[in-house]
Amino acid sequence: MANPSKRVSAAPARQRLSIPKAYKMYVGGAFIRSESGRYYQVSGMTKGSADAEVVNIPLGSRKDARDAVLAGKAALHGWSSRTAFNRGQILYRLAEVLESRHEELVTSLVRAGATERDAIDEVNASVDRAVWYAGLADKISALVASHNPVSGPHFGFTLPEAMGLVAVLAPESPALLGLVSTILPVIVSGNTTVVVAGERDPRTAVIFCECLATSDLPGGVVNVLTGRAQDLGPQLAKHREVNALEAWTPDAALRTSLERDGAGSVKRVKTHDAQGIAALRDEQRGQGLTYVERFLELKTIWHPAGI
Amino acid sequence: MMDLTTLEGKDTPGKVRALCRKALVPLASDPSIGPTAAVCVYPNMVPIAKHELRGSGVKVASVATAFPSGLSPLSIKLDDVRQAVELGADEIDMVIDRGAMLAGDYRKVFDEIAAVKEACGQTHLKVILETGELGSYDVVRRASDLAIAAGGDFIKTSTGKIQPAATPAVTLVMLEAIRDHYYATGKRIGMKPAGGVRTAKQALHYLVIVKETLGDAWLDPDLFRFGASALLNDVLMQLEKERTGFYQASADFSAD
Repeated sequence: MANPSKRVSAAPARQRLSIPKAYKMYVGGAFIRSESGRYYQVSGMTKGSADAEVVNIPLGSRKDARDAVLAGKAALHGWSSRTAFNRGQILYRLAEVLESRHEELVTSLVRAGATERDAIDEVNASVDRAVWYAGLADKISALVASHNPVSGPHFGFTLPEAMGLVAVLAPESPALLGLVSTILPVIVSGNTTVVVAGERDPRTAVIFCECLATSDLPGGVVNVLTGRAQDLGPQLAKHREVNALEAWTPDAALRTSLERDGAGSVKRVKTHDAQGIAALRDEQRGQGLTYVERFLELKTIWHPAGI
Repeated sequence: MMDLTTLEGKDTPGKVRALCRKALVPLASDPSIGPTAAVCVYPNMVPIAKHELRGSGVKVASVATAFPSGLSPLSIKLDDVRQAVELGADEIDMVIDRGAMLAGDYRKVFDEIAAVKEACGQTHLKVILETGELGSYDVVRRASDLAIAAGGDFIKTSTGKIQPAATPAVTLVMLEAIRDHYYATGKRIGMKPAGGVRTAKQALHYLVIVKETLGDAWLDPDLFRFGASALLNDVLMQLEKERTGFYQASADFSAD
């Protein structure tokens, strides 16, 4: 029995060791360092601190990209064969988790240079966009599928299907809204993805990955690499296992080279310049069925009728 | 050094023919690659494989002795072997009676292998230990020694039906049994890790183990084989990657 007269007092104030977070890439549902062991450094101001904080971020290698492709491919069947409704439920769960980490995400954006007001707006917009795509999930088929007029005793149906593995070079900025706006329209239809996070603010991307990891999203559906788009982009563009590539970069030379590299495997390559990236900030133009339609395959079925 | 294998209840003549074509020309774009060392099938499929591979030098191996469990009377096992030989098999892959092995009835295991060897006549005999069911490296070593002493030309890790199948450690144990037998008698026994070797990189590891344990003489299809259908596609993907500079997609290579 505890002695009631003996009070439990708070521990005396002392210097605690700081426990800094190791920022890692998100591949196959696990948080990993680069197999190369390489890092690059990102600095930013922490609220209430006078010194710039410098952290190590994994510098994703060609091998990391290849491993991520395998993880994405392995997750494809399971994800694309779920019902659209279930995918919507999971994306809604993602919105819930983003909302619950609102403060942490704002802090992260501020640390990378955003004003507090802009950061709050961006997190709000990101959560709203996740809800929007969650709602779209089970409507895509109704919006895209068709019953085609054919001349003969047949029905002709056209149905959308996932393309497969889509690589995304995410925009540098907006760091969070950019990820949400480029990843969700790809996965909502059943695709899986390998994403190269923007180089400037990878920490926000890693926090976003922690949200993905706690949203019932199966491992491997979204794989996020940190590092240089110039290094990883060409590897993903040439890789035959990657079915499509979407690049959001103002770097015109990189866009051209990705389109050329993707030609070898007849990949669907879609690139966006600064104007396209700016549109993501807009509540109306930054979301829509067009973002989803780019990465669908349309399957047409002929079925005998009237026999 | 690779054996292509199809050992499924749903094997059809068409599938076996396709497998044989793949054994002859693994990569359509480069006829200089291949053929594989052998094709491994069930006894009923031997004539089809034999016909498809005629004149090519690719061997037809047949599993026998109540594969994969080996838990049938000896007379049935021997009939199985004789018929596979009559149907034209160049190599017989037998399974040992793991139940007897684990029960300590080594005499029975030895006698069965010896009897099967006799039934094989001139046909090459591979003895499958199914190491995944033997439990410990000691038992694997004892089974290796028994199989070699009873007349096996090759010892092979696994049927492919049980996990774990071939592992580097179990392969090393078997290679050491082969090495000790070679030192004692001067006779070279072959080795076949089967199942579990899926990538070109893993295959390199195995080749290093063989070279380090037994030397260059064993780096030869007559003394070393991979029983790994998935391995071939990975090797082809690596070769294509070297040629084109692009990582390949598994969907571009035939599954069987």
